[in-house]
Amino acid sequence: MLDKQGIAKRIAREVKDGFYVNLGIGIPTLVANYVREDIEVEFQSENGVLGMGPFPFEGEEDPDIINAGKQTITTLPGASFFDSATSFAMIRGQHVDLTILGAMEVSDNGDIANWKIPGKMVKGMGGAMDLVASADNIIVAMMHTNKAGESKLLESCTLPLTGVQCVRKIVTNLAVLEVTEKGFLLLERAPGVSVEEIRSATKGRLVVPEEVPEMPV
Amino acid sequence: MIRKTVANAQEALEGIEDDMTLMLGGFGLCGIPENAIAELVRRNVTGLTCISNNAGVDDFGLGLLLQKRQIRKMISSYVGENDEFERQMLSGELEVELTPQGTLAEKCRAAQAGIPAFFTPAGFGTEVAEGKETREFEGKMYVMEKAYQADFAFVKAWKGDEAGNLIFRGTARNFNPCMCGAAQITVAEVEELVPAGALPPNEIHVPGIFVRRIFQGVNYEKRIEQRTVRSK
Repeated sequence: MLDKQGIAKRIAREVKDGFYVNLGIGIPTLVANYVREDIEVEFQSENGVLGMGPFPFEGEEDPDIINAGKQTITTLPGASFFDSATSFAMIRGQHVDLTILGAMEVSDNGDIANWKIPGKMVKGMGGAMDLVASADNIIVAMMHTNKAGESKLLESCTLPLTGVQCVRKIVTNLAVLEVTEKGFLLLERAPGVSVEEIRSATKGRLVVPEEVPEMPV
Repeated sequence: MIRKTVANAQEALEGIEDDMTLMLGGFGLCGIPENAIAELVRRNVTGLTCISNNAGVDDFGLGLLLQKRQIRKMISSYVGENDEFERQMLSGELEVELTPQGTLAEKCRAAQAGIPAFFTPAGFGTEVAEGKETREFEGKMYVMEKAYQADFAFVKAWKGDEAGNLIFRGTARNFNPCMCGAAQITVAEVEELVPAGALPPNEIHVPGIFVRRIFQGVNYEKRIEQRTVRSK
């Protein structure tokens, strides 16, 4: 089974040379730490920066330079700043190659819910609805089950949707899955996790090929 | 040169009244019009509708207006950092319209550019699209969103000149440029106000035509919301 760092590490393998990548808050943010150093990638943050670098050293924080999680950041050579309309032109216009975000629920037809729990949590969707409605290549990073142990991979989402039929791939602590017309196609198992364990933790339709390799980490 | 300068925030907010709709730039606490917010608090105008990506924190930014119950309705994309906000929303004292971030930016930009409405894929199939016209283009579904109509836009820039030309710094740019000229009256406050001619025309981010009033801000706090650092 993977921890959050492990999920981020596995997703980092999906980041290819020349990609512009938008990382959501939470596990997706960790992906930046594991991208191969011999490829060229630029991270976009929807509040208006391309070419995001690591956190600043203490004493070098700049209140004018933050990411979408409102964290202080630095920029790398080649970086640029822009306004919010331009930022979402990059996103809606499909100039961003890969979007990685967290989710509360994903359905086996690719619907995603991650912005609201009626009566409990209403923080807002931020840029998530724009991202999932536009991006061609969306990877969800999340735990396979919620804190109550219930599957987050469902036949249909129970929470208010963020977007419909948009998720391509899901990387969880248990597995790598692809959304297909027949449901979640099981591509890889996390180290030490059996197909049976994944089956019992998945509520949506699950397609299990004859061979399910353990994921390379 | 058409001069846009006014003496201070007090003069810049001339004409502000209860129940108006305001746009306020900023992302979190980054690039917010601190002086205009302080003046709104001082004037104690109420019943405001505020279009702003976020709602500040409990004791800063728009949180200051929320504390004094000056806001009737918030239009934002994300409001997660404010306990008082959550309390007022759940109790029904505060009306909240949550809007996808890119849609919020574009609704400002459309108002600035004289475009009454546009189609976006964001929110299709979700509760955001409820009651709105949807249409298919090239096999994909889109939601019609309308330009905002606002009385005042309050923006914050790094540098500005007497002609109202603006230059922003870092990610403090965010929604500010999209809101310039998107309301009846745009008020820009700047960290450094310089004479016309002192800013290179090639480097202007927002031309002065979109700004009605500009003033030199004072006492910027520029608070950091999430101070994150790495060790050496």
